[in-house]
Amino acid sequence: MQEIVMPSNNEDMALLCLLIPLLPLLGFILNGLGNRKIAKGLVGLIGSATVLASFLITVYLFLDFTANGSKPYVVDFYSWISVGTLQIGFSFLIDQLTLLMMLMVTGIGFLIHVYSAGYMSHDENYGKFFAFINLFMFSMLLLVMGSNYVMMFVGWEGVGLCSYLLIGFWNKNTNYNNAAKKAFIMNRIGDLGFLLGIFLIFITFGSVSYPQVFAEAARYTSIDSPVMIAITLLLFIGAMGKSAQLPLFTWLPDAMAGPTPVSALIHAATMVTAGIYMVLRSNVLYVLAPTTLDVIAYVGLATALVAATIGLAQNDIKKVLAYSTVSQLGYMFLALGVMAFSSSIFHVLTHAFFKALLFLGAGSVIHAMSNEQDIRNMGGLRKYVPVTFLTFLIGTLAISGIPPFAGFFSKDELLAHVYEHDKIMWAFGVLTSFMTAFYMFRLLFLTFFGEFRGTESQRSHLHESPASMTIPLIVLAILSTIGGFLGIPAVFGATHYLGDFLAPIYDFARLANGAAIEPLHLDHATEYMLMAISVGVAIVAIIIAYVMYVSKSTRPAPEGARLSPVHNLIYNKYYIDELYNTIIVRPLMWLSGAFFRFIDLLVVDGIVNGVGKVVMLSGRTLRYAQSGAIGFYILIMVFSIALILFLNFFIG
Amino acid sequence: MNQIPEVIRTIPLEYYLFFSTALFCIGVIGVLTRRNAIVIFMCIELMLNSVNLLLTAFSAYNSDPNGQVFVFFIMAVAAAEVCVGLAIIVMTYRNIRSTDVQLLNYLKW
Repeated sequence: MQEIVMPSNNEDMALLCLLIPLLPLLGFILNGLGNRKIAKGLVGLIGSATVLASFLITVYLFLDFTANGSKPYVVDFYSWISVGTLQIGFSFLIDQLTLLMMLMVTGIGFLIHVYSAGYMSHDENYGKFFAFINLFMFSMLLLVMGSNYVMMFVGWEGVGLCSYLLIGFWNKNTNYNNAAKKAFIMNRIGDLGFLLGIFLIFITFGSVSYPQVFAEAARYTSIDSPVMIAITLLLFIGAMGKSAQLPLFTWLPDAMAGPTPVSALIHAATMVTAGIYMVLRSNVLYVLAPTTLDVIAYVGLATALVAATIGLAQNDIKKVLAYSTVSQLGYMFLALGVMAFSSSIFHVLTHAFFKALLFLGAGSVIHAMSNEQDIRNMGGLRKYVPVTFLTFLIGTLAISGIPPFAGFFSKDELLAHVYEHDKIMWAFGVLTSFMTAFYMFRLLFLTFFGEFRGTESQRSHLHESPASMTIPLIVLAILSTIGGFLGIPAVFGATHYLGDFLAPIYDFARLANGAAIEPLHLDHATEYMLMAISVGVAIVAIIIAYVMYVSKSTRPAPEGARLSPVHNLIYNKYYIDELYNTIIVRPLMWLSGAFFRFIDLLVVDGIVNGVGKVVMLSGRTLRYAQSGAIGFYILIMVFSIALILFLNFFIG
Repeated sequence: MNQIPEVIRTIPLEYYLFFSTALFCIGVIGVLTRRNAIVIFMCIELMLNSVNLLLTAFSAYNSDPNGQVFVFFIMAVAAAEVCVGLAIIVMTYRNIRSTDVQLLNYLKW
């Protein structure tokens, strides 16, 4: 059983914990108020320094936490909402999961801030960009640090808002604004589920604070009770929206309209993993509802497959990465669904490293290519941008699952758990892995190999990015290389640091449903076989991609060319956007139009204008009574008084 | 020599009531029918005094001096009001060379 205790030096710790989210908020306020007034260098300094400070405090907190025997604690600041039996405190829960997320968010966040200082340097709204991205850091930290579901929800909405603001950052382009609105609205659908889940948690457990809810849930004996399934499913709907799972995933590829650092930070590394964090945080509730876990596994697997197939045929460098992100998020949910919780967060971590790296690398390519994003117009870039190429190659190897890069360890561990759970799911997982390796290397070969296919003016502008952009790339490349060693599989006889570190967060779950949380039972031969298969599959995919795009120099068909039916289907993303347009957006627009014409114009306007018209009409009629003759007024007055007296006397 | 309240009480209360009602109605009819501002003004005074009379009568019958004190106040205020009212009528006359209230109908829509 996990004891939630405050550390002895709690005053200082409380202040430090509070500083972590408050520093980026300070950056937001300074940069937001001083947009275009503060010098660009200072804006970047404020934005990055506040996040760096948060990161350093987090590291200190982490060291202090491990030095004091890894005891989780709650830092209470004040009672925030107090209504009847509902008590919500503004407080932070510091435990293994929180610290891991905080390190990831602030660490990668800092690197991306530094990168942004270079990438966004030509933008006139430099200050606005840093203000928004700092606000995002604040919200994300609130999300992961909060000690109850309501605080998580506040952070959840905060990151949703920042995502909206940053997708529509270049708000002079209507398409970008539409993408921002789409992301916002699709997230609201999920948020409704999340909110209902919170209400149901409060009704069931009488509290929304994690320690109380989980302690209460751990005493729950019945597995798969309807209320538990309802809670977990509703929470998962929230996660579906935020983490772009089927059927709410179409906003994420569109979200690539935002600046590339935003795609890296929000739409790859941190915000979209909030759904996984939430499921993991509520792991005790989920182990009590195996039905929901099955749903999660199927949704995750379907998302991974669908997104990977779409990724095969995309030609926009960021779109490929976006579909790859959706696909990897599907993997993470698949892992959650088979109760491989630690593998899931491990993949979140390694994915944050290599996907941030890939996005930033793509940003560097786009920067070099003067805002060209179509890989059909690239090619041969490895000579011009060597640092970007090398780091991008490391990221691609990592995502494809080639040892010893980070992705291999997390993906392999994840797939081993899936294999133990269900062999057919594993087969589809490996298929997805094959496609991932293929489309990532297709992207790499088309971008960096072969002949340059852009225009002459683009060729003359080709240049390696400034140091503020390449240094984050190099750091992330190193992390993508060594990150996997945090969780070496037991079969190699080494310690799984991450798994051991995170083990205490499942204490309640073990109490509630011990059978669910079990380590891997595969014998060593099977594990070696699984590893060999996933690596083999990836290598085959790479070879096919090499033969197709380097040896035979196949080029993706230009816009408007005739495609085979299957190719056409995946090129057009299974027409899912069109489907949503037809069955949801259009009827909704039609309904809104109808409401506008009938309810708004007729009923609401009718009532409001009607009142005005009645007043006007009565005024126009009654003005004749005001004749200006005093005698008439007095006469009326006398008659009225007489009438009142008469009525009073004879009737009243 | 009898006390004044006793003298008043020698006449039944109903007589006072009918008398002041008659005076008041004369005042009202005068206000409604006459056109000369001064006559209207006199009619208003008539109405006031009919009320004063009634107050005095009630005061005597109830042996309560408050009513008579009240009458003195009304007379004092009425005197002040007459000053203002007559001044207004004089100014009206200077402006339109008439005291006919029917001519003063500018304040209409």
